[in-house]
Amino acid sequence: MYDMKALYEAESVAHAIQLRLEHPEAQIIAGGSDVLVQMREGKRAGKELISIYMLDELRGVSLDEEENIRIGSLTSFSHITRDPIIQKYINVLGEAVDMVGGPQVRNIGTIGGNTCNGVTSADSASTLHAWEAIIELTGAEGTRRVPIKDFYLRAGKVDIRPDEIQTAILIPKASYDRTAGYYFKYAMRNAMDIATTGCSVNCRLSSDGKTFERVRIAYGVAGPVPMRAPSAEAAATGKPVSAETVEQFSLAVLNDINPRDSWRASKALRQHIAVELARRCLLESVKRCGGEIHEAV
Amino acid sequence: MPNVGKSVTRVDAFDKVTGRAQYTDDRCPNSALVARVVHSTIAHGYVKSVDTSEAEKIPGVVRIFTCFDVPDIKFPTAGHPWSVEEAHQDVADRRMLNRHVRYYGDDIAAVVAEDEVAAAQAARAIKVEYDPLPFVLDPIEATKEGAPLLHKEYPNNILKHTSIRQGDYAAAIQEPGLICVDKWYETPTVQHCHIENFICYAYEENGRIVVISSTQIPHIVRRTVGQALGIPWGKVRIVKPYIGGGFGNKQDTLYEPLCAWLSMQVGGRTVKLDVPREDTFVSNRVRHAEKIHIISWVRPDGTYAARKLVMYSNQGAYASHGHSIVAKGMGAFPQMYPCPNVECDSYTVYTNRSVAGAMRGYGIPQAMFAFESHTEDVCRRLGCDSLAFRRKNLMPVGFVDPFSKNENYYDSYNQCLDKAIAYMDYERKRAEYANQTGPVRKGIGLAPFWYNTAVWPISLEHSSCRMVLNQDGSIQLQVGETEIGQGADTAYAQMAADTVGLADYTSVHVQSCQDTDITPFGLGAYASRQTYTCGFAIRQTGLLLKEKILAYASEMTRMPVYNLDLVDSNIVRVTDGRVMMPLADLAVESFYSLTHSVHITAESTYQIKSNAYSFGCCCAEVEVDIPLAKVKLTKIINVHDCGTLINPALAEAQVHGGMSMGIGFALSEQLLYDGKTGRALNNNLLDYKLSTFMDHPHLEAQFVENPEPTSAFGTKALGEPPTCPVAPAIRNAILNATGVEVDTLPMTPHTLYRRFCEEGLIQDPWRKEG
Repeated sequence: MYDMKALYEAESVAHAIQLRLEHPEAQIIAGGSDVLVQMREGKRAGKELISIYMLDELRGVSLDEEENIRIGSLTSFSHITRDPIIQKYINVLGEAVDMVGGPQVRNIGTIGGNTCNGVTSADSASTLHAWEAIIELTGAEGTRRVPIKDFYLRAGKVDIRPDEIQTAILIPKASYDRTAGYYFKYAMRNAMDIATTGCSVNCRLSSDGKTFERVRIAYGVAGPVPMRAPSAEAAATGKPVSAETVEQFSLAVLNDINPRDSWRASKALRQHIAVELARRCLLESVKRCGGEIHEAV
Repeated sequence: MPNVGKSVTRVDAFDKVTGRAQYTDDRCPNSALVARVVHSTIAHGYVKSVDTSEAEKIPGVVRIFTCFDVPDIKFPTAGHPWSVEEAHQDVADRRMLNRHVRYYGDDIAAVVAEDEVAAAQAARAIKVEYDPLPFVLDPIEATKEGAPLLHKEYPNNILKHTSIRQGDYAAAIQEPGLICVDKWYETPTVQHCHIENFICYAYEENGRIVVISSTQIPHIVRRTVGQALGIPWGKVRIVKPYIGGGFGNKQDTLYEPLCAWLSMQVGGRTVKLDVPREDTFVSNRVRHAEKIHIISWVRPDGTYAARKLVMYSNQGAYASHGHSIVAKGMGAFPQMYPCPNVECDSYTVYTNRSVAGAMRGYGIPQAMFAFESHTEDVCRRLGCDSLAFRRKNLMPVGFVDPFSKNENYYDSYNQCLDKAIAYMDYERKRAEYANQTGPVRKGIGLAPFWYNTAVWPISLEHSSCRMVLNQDGSIQLQVGETEIGQGADTAYAQMAADTVGLADYTSVHVQSCQDTDITPFGLGAYASRQTYTCGFAIRQTGLLLKEKILAYASEMTRMPVYNLDLVDSNIVRVTDGRVMMPLADLAVESFYSLTHSVHITAESTYQIKSNAYSFGCCCAEVEVDIPLAKVKLTKIINVHDCGTLINPALAEAQVHGGMSMGIGFALSEQLLYDGKTGRALNNNLLDYKLSTFMDHPHLEAQFVENPEPTSAFGTKALGEPPTCPVAPAIRNAILNATGVEVDTLPMTPHTLYRRFCEEGLIQDPWRKEG
């Protein structure tokens, strides 16, 4: 039994927008794997809800005319993992969201909900940051597109205006072309957990496989919102594909991240893990790009 | 055909798998009122006032009761048999709702409402004013002068201190050439995490109070509800349906008295009290966290000259099972590795934390972590092989404990160790893993354990049984020992079928739901004693029933009783093996005979004055990723000698569950408290890291079946033992892999990172300090 004031079921995106304007205090609910938990805990008790869960138009993965990947916001984690477009172009995203909770949560949970929560630990978030995803929002005035780094305002707060809902997440072709990556979720157990630190790295190698053309890295739980590590990226981009570059890359993340000391993990452990994950993720990304590194022992 | 010894299907399997089995909430009428307990938000102090005015305005709220309303009666909660000797009675130190609050989460008020939403809203709207007092969370700090005092009757917060003295420790340590190993070990607060949270509902009927409760101990709860409410015990009726696990948390009186009292305040209407998971962690019971100090004086030949043990057990705010837990652990010390000169002291100390009570293993998992980690550490100092050391020093065959009279009849320790090391290829791997380098290292370790079945001679042990013959030759079986998920009902059916002479255990209809108005008196599920204890009463009663059946058969067949037997549900003439009649025919005649109609039933009580050791070991293999400070458990086995197996498949399942609990205790579980407020930080199943299916390798369970001579069916404890040796085995495997002694549980990445930094296995160049 949930302490819910009212539930409004949206029948279309336009209807959802109308409901948003009519009930400005209402909370949007998709799969409910976060909202209902919070409601039960009393944090959102007594609230009105606008459900967008029935909007099938927001489900599915496709390529648009510019070959950008378009992921409907209501696409569930399990659908993303099993989607052939995801598997072909950005498999790491499918792997990352396959680490959310357990099978039941992955069936109900949506990537839109995962990002709109604005939490730093979301398993999709670091990969979406590392691949420079674009968030599509639809409101009374039409749609607008926001780079994901600007979408996250602060912990628990994202850039959704009072008349908007998130309708899609886009991965531009320039982002995924000739690129492969790896996500490492560091958690205290192997299922049903949130990340202590999540690290997503991807790279593009020169045609001879000897140079890093582009390296991108993003973390969850290294700061209040998911974040890129620009110093680390700079330390590797344009550099030779070597163990030395990987080492400099991984140490450079300490210039960028600012993890918290909390009872969930000490700052020292989080920093240590962040460096280790950066190293392991880049090594794996190189391998997935068809490159080779002979690690100095 | 014997039923005992076969892996027959559980009697409740189909109902449980299909969802037909009725648990407490399934039985509760939808019209029930809902109760919600309001908990203190300070760790220690007095409730000055409770303002319920806003809460009472909430639609659906029926009544709100506070600590100022409940009867001024202190009652005990431990699920122990009552003692007729006052000195041995459990400590009565809490009221149903408390003005003097002693932990963050103490019970101070209760809302009764039409539904759970109104109850939750009201609980949030209640305003409490406190006079706060300083609090203490650590058991050693709590014993110091000037520490905040929880119960004025217990100076220095020491609920109880007991000792063991053997030989002359002080003199023995003077022996020249001894090596001293002096170490501390620490175990965390963990919670049972049974799937079904505690739940009960209560109503009045004919001037009596009825409580349906998810409990392991209905007959004990009848007594404690009577005590808490100050009413005659006969006025209380407790009903125990199927329960979704207990693991000891429900071997305690939880909210049954409060729920009963609330119902009585609202005209006897049905009131349901369903505890949320978050409250289950904080305001039910937890496992005692312990700090354990061991000093061993060893000769270079690998024998003990003298040993000293000091244990501090964190009781939390109220006595519950109290000192029994650490005392059991301490008792194992001089028995497991006999040594002529031993000094042991154990202290159970009140602190301002969640109340510690019974939990699977009852103090032995904590003790085994310390004792078996220490054994490994002693062997490291001596530079000797720890397996050989154990074989040389563990309790020998023929050992008799002078107090319990328990006897070690067989070479169980070595037989169990042999099976474990063969399965694991222990000795080869141990050698192979000796000197590794590199970031990922493998290790293998083992730990035997000590356990004893049941509670004799510390407490009463008894069991009562009733058997009733049906027209079709089947029987009903009733006992006071409860099915709590472990499969007890199936074992009872198997034992009863064989004793009476029924062809199949499915002819025994076990009355799983205990009702204190109907079920014969029995103490309930605890101390891994169900099969052992209940076995006596089932055998005695089954023989009684068989005797009555054969007497009736003698009348019908005109054969002397001594020439008749009941075999496979047939009356058989033993002289020539002829089947005289099926039992069913006899049963129909006995019910409806126009000349001699009798309902054939049997009932008896057996008081048990014996007890049995139940030994075994765990062997674990790990892969330690040093830079990630992570342990992957790759292979694990438990071997148990729990006597003759009644049902091998159920025994194996019991071991799996216990191993899983041991793995969580070893690697991930810990209830954390905020040092500034005393509040539990991670009282939910996301932040409290109960291990999952994905964290376990295959759990191998093997057995050595030495029949227990004192037992009615050759059986002894298996419920709790599987949890006992797992943590030290894993710890010793990590030591084998890394050379690092980890003396604090759980061995999480937090603990391992700290230890690996201290030992130089992790060197972060950017960190200034070590």
